[in-house]
Amino acid sequence: MGRNRVVVYPDWCKGCGICAAFCPKKVFAVGQDGKARVVNEEACVNCGFCEPHCPDFAVLVIPGETDQTPCPPETAPDPAEQPAAKEVKP
Amino acid sequence: MAEITQLIHQYLRHNKKFPLVFCPGCGHGIVLGSLVRSVHALGLPKDDVVIVAGIGCSGRIAAYVDFNTVHTTHGRALTVATGIKMANPKLTVIAVMGDGDAFSIGGNHLIHAARRNIGVTALVLNNFIYGMTGGQCSSTTPEGAYSHTCPQGQLESAFDIVELTRAAGAAGVSRGTVYHVKELDALLAEAISRPGFNLVEALTPCFTQYGRGNGFKSAVEMFKWLKASCLPVERYEKLEDRTGKLPIGTFVRRDVAGLETRWANMRQALAAKKGGAA
Repeated sequence: MGRNRVVVYPDWCKGCGICAAFCPKKVFAVGQDGKARVVNEEACVNCGFCEPHCPDFAVLVIPGETDQTPCPPETAPDPAEQPAAKEVKP
Repeated sequence: MAEITQLIHQYLRHNKKFPLVFCPGCGHGIVLGSLVRSVHALGLPKDDVVIVAGIGCSGRIAAYVDFNTVHTTHGRALTVATGIKMANPKLTVIAVMGDGDAFSIGGNHLIHAARRNIGVTALVLNNFIYGMTGGQCSSTTPEGAYSHTCPQGQLESAFDIVELTRAAGAAGVSRGTVYHVKELDALLAEAISRPGFNLVEALTPCFTQYGRGNGFKSAVEMFKWLKASCLPVERYEKLEDRTGKLPIGTFVRRDVAGLETRWANMRQALAAKKGGAA
C-alpha cells in the first residue's frame, strides 16, 4: 500500500485552521501566508475528516492504494477547462 | 476520500468567483458540501433539483451550485418553493434559509408550510445571529448571548425550532451540526426523500459576528464547542443535567402525504365524479 497523498488548493483555502486543529495525525499547519499547508503527509491515515469539513472544498486526499492516479494540479480547476455552461436560447 | 472534494467540484458553477464569499471558518460551505453529497447519494439528476434561497449569507449558497436555483426576497423562500412544488410536483424542491430568514421575517410562512405539509425540504442554517447585516440579535440568539443590538446580553428567550415545527405539524424535523457532518448528510438525505414538509436545522458557527462577541477566540473554538455541546437525542434524553447541551438527530417522523399529492388525488377524484355523472 502506497502512502496517501494530501493536497491543499491554496487559491481556495482561507486559512480557517479547521483541518490543522482537528486532524488526528497533525498533517496540516496554517502557514504565515494564512493558508493551510501539508507538513506531515506521511502520517495521513485517510480518516476522512478533513475533506467534508473543509468549508472551501480546498483539501484533497488521495488514498495510497490508487498510486497510479496522476497527481492533481496544485491549483483549483481552471474554469476554461470545465464543460461550457448551457447556452441560453435567445 | 479524494472523491468527496472532486464530487463537490463537479456540482459547482465554475464560472462564479471562488473561493466562496463566506468568512474564514464559516460553516455554510460545509452545509453546501453536505447538500451536494446527499443529493448525489439519492441519485437525483441536477435538472430535477430546485434550490430556493432567501436573503442572507445562506442565500449565497444557491449561486454556487449547478442545480435549478432561485434567489428570492427576504423570508419568502418557502412561498416560492411552495409555488414551484405545486406547479411541478416531480421536482425536488429544497429551500435554503438562514435563521432570520426562516424564523423571523418568514416565520409565518414556515409554520403554514409545516401545517399544510407541502413537499418541500427546508434547510435552515442557524448561526444564532444576523450575520450579513452586521450582527444584530435574531430570534434564535440564545438567552444571555451578546450581539451588537444586545450588548448587555439577550433578554428574550430563543425559539425552540424543533418544538415549533413539531407543533405546526411538519412531517419531519431534524437537527444537525457542521461538526457532525456525516450525520448531517444522512439527515438531509432522509429529509429529502420523506414526503411532506421536512425541516433540517443545521447549526453553523458564525465566528465573525457571533463568536467574537461571545468569548470564542477562533472559528476552531466554535467547532470545538459544537463538538462538546451537541449529542444524539437518544443520549440527551437520558441526561439529568441538560444545561448547555443540545440534542441532534431526527425528532419528528410522521407519515403524511404532501399537499401536492393530496391535491392531485382530489383532482383525480373530481374528474372521475364528473366523468361518471356525464
